[in-house]
Amino acid sequence: MAKHSYSFYPGCSSQKAASSSNYQVSVDTMCQELDIELNEIPDWNCCSASIGYAGGGELPRLALSARNIALSEQAHGDQDIVATCAACWLATRETQERLNEDSELMAETNTALAEAGLKLKNDKKIRHMVEVLIEDIGYEELGKHVKKPLEGLKIAGYVGCQTNRPFGIAGESFENPKYLDKMIETVGAEACDNYEKKVSCCGGALAFSEPEKSQALIKDIIESAYDNGADMIVTPCPVCQMNTEVYQDQINATYGTKFKMPVVYYSTLLSVAYGKSAKEAALDGQIIKAKQLEDIAGK
Amino acid sequence: MSNYNQEMIDKYRGNFLKEVQDNVEEGDWVKMCMQCGVCSGSCPLGPHWDHPPQEIFMMIRAGKREEVLESTSMWMCTSCYNCIARCPRGLPITHIMHGLATYSKRLGLAPQQQPTAKFAQLFWDNLTKKGRVNELKLGLSLYFMNGIGEGIKTSLKMKDIGLNMLKTKRMSPMEYFGGHSCKDTKGFQAMLKKAQELEEARIGKSGS
Repeated sequence: MAKHSYSFYPGCSSQKAASSSNYQVSVDTMCQELDIELNEIPDWNCCSASIGYAGGGELPRLALSARNIALSEQAHGDQDIVATCAACWLATRETQERLNEDSELMAETNTALAEAGLKLKNDKKIRHMVEVLIEDIGYEELGKHVKKPLEGLKIAGYVGCQTNRPFGIAGESFENPKYLDKMIETVGAEACDNYEKKVSCCGGALAFSEPEKSQALIKDIIESAYDNGADMIVTPCPVCQMNTEVYQDQINATYGTKFKMPVVYYSTLLSVAYGKSAKEAALDGQIIKAKQLEDIAGK
Repeated sequence: MSNYNQEMIDKYRGNFLKEVQDNVEEGDWVKMCMQCGVCSGSCPLGPHWDHPPQEIFMMIRAGKREEVLESTSMWMCTSCYNCIARCPRGLPITHIMHGLATYSKRLGLAPQQQPTAKFAQLFWDNLTKKGRVNELKLGLSLYFMNGIGEGIKTSLKMKDIGLNMLKTKRMSPMEYFGGHSCKDTKGFQAMLKKAQELEEARIGKSGS
């Protein structure tokens, strides 16, 4: 029996051959090392992220997350729900709050859920993976597992939006949260203290529909990492990761920049520091290779 | 213009604030805005809004119904939640913007060619089909949302990104043939249908 067990909501982008499947690989590696057991919510569905509102009204959108919570209650009654994706976490938590505040919506949601043979109690804690690391494991324990300190690396901690607002991590500020920097230091690297784009928006889903406007935001996020002397960016969010990594060539073509900044997940950083292989740390999922991490993992 | 839109016009007779309070998600909060402008100044796409949130709130109170509902403004929301985190009065601004977008779409007033309005609908159609997003089909439907000619142009422009995603196994052509899905799609869709029915019944109630 693992030391820590959770009801896990992986989300669409973490699935096999999806855009953040590399995140999932490194999360699995990290969790194995830390004795964290993730029990996948059976038959979970999409939360509609923050972009479902054109097609779905309030109640259908709430029903999506309500189904996941109800399935979790049924399968893993006593375990907190944990999500790795910022949007999954946010949508699920928002649903829980809204339904607990509005008994009419709650009753309607349960009527809808009954069509799928489900019923919602709605009293579970809904948490992000970084909360598990910080609150349940703790920095000290996270540090104890380090076998290969990431010495000499300077890393910009890009927290982004939805891991930070509106809920954020307890005890952290919205404007300058420190937990990602602390994680960077815990694995022996140096954090960019004054990374001014730490909580700036990458455009989110609008990177698809409004590429020019979003890429202007992304350019500033990467530029600021260079200005702060970063070797790479680390982030807890699949959309942040994808947006800041995959469009760098297009941004270079538009702005005449020469960006080639690796962007990795915290779980990849931890996995490398814990002495895992490049494959286990999902470094093969990098479009812009994190050469320095590959070298450490290969040692 | 839809019948529903005409019904709402007849029902509220120029009291747009009341219409928003009754029909827009979290619309009850609009009257709490004190016009400080922190939301507009905090928005990452602020410069691109026809009317930033602070202005939208004032326009709602001023009864500028069509100018608000037909504008592209709320479709500029990236859901970054900066405005929510910073609003001194605690207005759930992000949700109000989503709610206004939903309502304008429902009334048939949302701008037809607005790219985020189109993309958001594609996203919803994609996820509700099998309960999970099919990223490959979503991407393709996005590229081709403005017709075949532009679609081919966009696909060529995005070719390298697609190849990079394939190479790193973060995309698979197999997704085109089936792909990820919920097992209980029947229950999933019955649930959504019921939720839609209940919501429509509620809308009908407030509209009567």
